Order: sequence, then structure tokens, then C-alpha cells
Amino acid sequence: MSWKKALIPLACVPLIILLAYGFRTDPKAIPSPLVEKAAPGFRIAVYDGDNLSLEGLKGKPVVLNFWASWCYPACYEEAPLLEATWRKYKERGLMMVGVGIQDKEANAREFMRRFNFTFPNGPDPGSKISIDYGVYGVPETFFIDRQGRIAYKHVGALSPDVIEEQVRAILKEK
Amino acid sequence: MALVCASLLTPLTILAAAPSPPKAEAGSSSPDTDERVRDVASELRCVVCQNLSVADSPSDLAKEMRDLIRELLQQGKTREEIKAYFVSRYGEFVLLEPPKRGFNLLVWGLPFAALLVGACGVYLAAKRWTRRGHQAAPPPDPAYAERVRRELKERGGSSGS
Repeated sequence: MSWKKALIPLACVPLIILLAYGFRTDPKAIPSPLVEKAAPGFRIAVYDGDNLSLEGLKGKPVVLNFWASWCYPACYEEAPLLEATWRKYKERGLMMVGVGIQDKEANAREFMRRFNFTFPNGPDPGSKISIDYGVYGVPETFFIDRQGRIAYKHVGALSPDVIEEQVRAILKEK
Repeated sequence: MALVCASLLTPLTILAAAPSPPKAEAGSSSPDTDERVRDVASELRCVVCQNLSVADSPSDLAKEMRDLIRELLQQGKTREEIKAYFVSRYGEFVLLEPPKRGFNLLVWGLPFAALLVGACGVYLAAKRWTRRGHQAAPPPDPAYAERVRRELKERGGSSGS
């Protein structure tokens, strides 16, 4: 085969590599530019509670979870895990905050009651906090360390291993 | 509220990705501001849709993004500052047109490079074909030429008699 004839299959190689790369990547896995950066400040009006701000939680490791009562099944799967982790680690200084997205108050309250949420949760009118955290779906969870830096972002329902590992990591940092 | 489940492997529910009935935009102001909101929103990708801009998407999140753009414009932020804000939150993915720098230059340059290579190929091929058409015919086989000459002569002789 002359070098000219070999050019045609050779020209296809980069195209095949590009296609292989494209098909193997998940278009929904969007890397967050916020990871390892300072967590954007927020203020939330907690259901049946006072206003809560990230500024006020300075020095505490924070798990910030975005959920919705209409997010089924993922939010329903991880909700008991969130509550159990909160109960397990709150004495060690962990803070957990839930942000209900695009929800009706009655539905959000029913969701919290169903899973016996005892950690502070509040709505996000105008999706201001969600946009500030680059949230595009629910559930999404941010693990914020004691320095107020986003150490890790998880998209989708949390697994027991992931939440345990990430909570331990942000608790450890002094 | 309509739901869309992204996939079974990553059970992430996309925020109100399905269209909801269009609602009046909060804080609608002058037509000039509406036009500027549309301008900026048309350059941003709706993060819960497939290939729709924030300007064109009927989703709740896109509507809230438009409200935020309006608010930022009213605070005196420029188009570039607002785009930079969204990029700092969602990454460059949020821009409908990738910025013309670094690796992205490939996306912008490759179609033109391919066009150029194609045009060169067509030019070279056309040149070769025309050259072949103009080439002088090869000299005839002497034996064959002699036979043609003889037969013509014979035919000429017979038709003349």
C-alpha cells in the first residue's frame, strides 16, 4: 500500500480517538469550579427557626445538602442517611444544613416530617443559593471544611461510604 | 412539578427540566432592560436542558437565572461581569459559545482547517485532471499507422474508379 493510500485510514485515527473519548464521557458530569475554593456565603430562613448564615458557622465543618420533596427517588434514598449522619456527628462539631429547592412549603415540611429531620432546613426563594453553588439538579451535597473551603461536591444520592468518608475528612481538618 | 430523572446510575433529578407554563418575569422593567437580559441570557446555557439557552428555556431554573441577570444588570454589572459570575459557578460549560482560547481554539480552528485542506485537495485533483486532458496523444504504433494509411489509400483508389 502506497503512503497516499495509507493516509485515508490514518486520517480516521484521530476521529476515532475523539469519538471514543466523547462516548466514554458522561455529558451530565459537569466538574464544579467551586471545589477547593471558598464556599459562597449564604443566608437561609430556617423552617421554624432563625436565620442561619454560613458566616455564622465559621470554623465548623458543614454539610450543605440541596434537596426537594419532588425529587424521587434520589432525595428519598439519601434523606435517612443525612439524618443519621447528623445525629452521629453533631456532638463532634459537624453542622448540617438542608436547602429545599423549588418546593411548596407544605410539601417540604411533609418531607422533613417523614424523615424526622432535626437539622436546620430552609427554602431557597429565587434559587439564589442554588445558582450561587452552581447546582443543576437535586440532590447535590457540598462538604465544606473548617476553613470555609468546599472540599468535595457530590452529585446524586449519597451512599453511606461517601458521606462517612467525606464527613470524617472535614471533621479531621483543624 | 414535572420530574426528569437523569439516569439510574446517577439518580440526580434535574431541576424542573421539563417545561412549566410560561410565567410573567419577576421584576419586569423597561423594554430596554428586557432586551439586555435577553442578550446576556442568550449567551448562557440552560443547565437543566439540552442545547437551549437561558433566554429560550421555559424551565423554572432558567427563569430564575433570568431574574438574577436582571437584578445584576440593575446593580450596574456589565454583560462580561455577569457571564464571569455564571462561569465561576457552573464553569465554562455554562457558555453556549466556548471562549476562543487554549484547547477551545481547536473547536474554532478545526472546521476552517478542514475546509482549507479540502479546498487544496480539490484544487490539486482538478489540476491533475486538466493536465491529463491536455496531454498530447502518444505516437501511434508504426505498424498500425501503416495499415491505416494503406487501407485509406485502397479505399480512396476504389472510390475514385
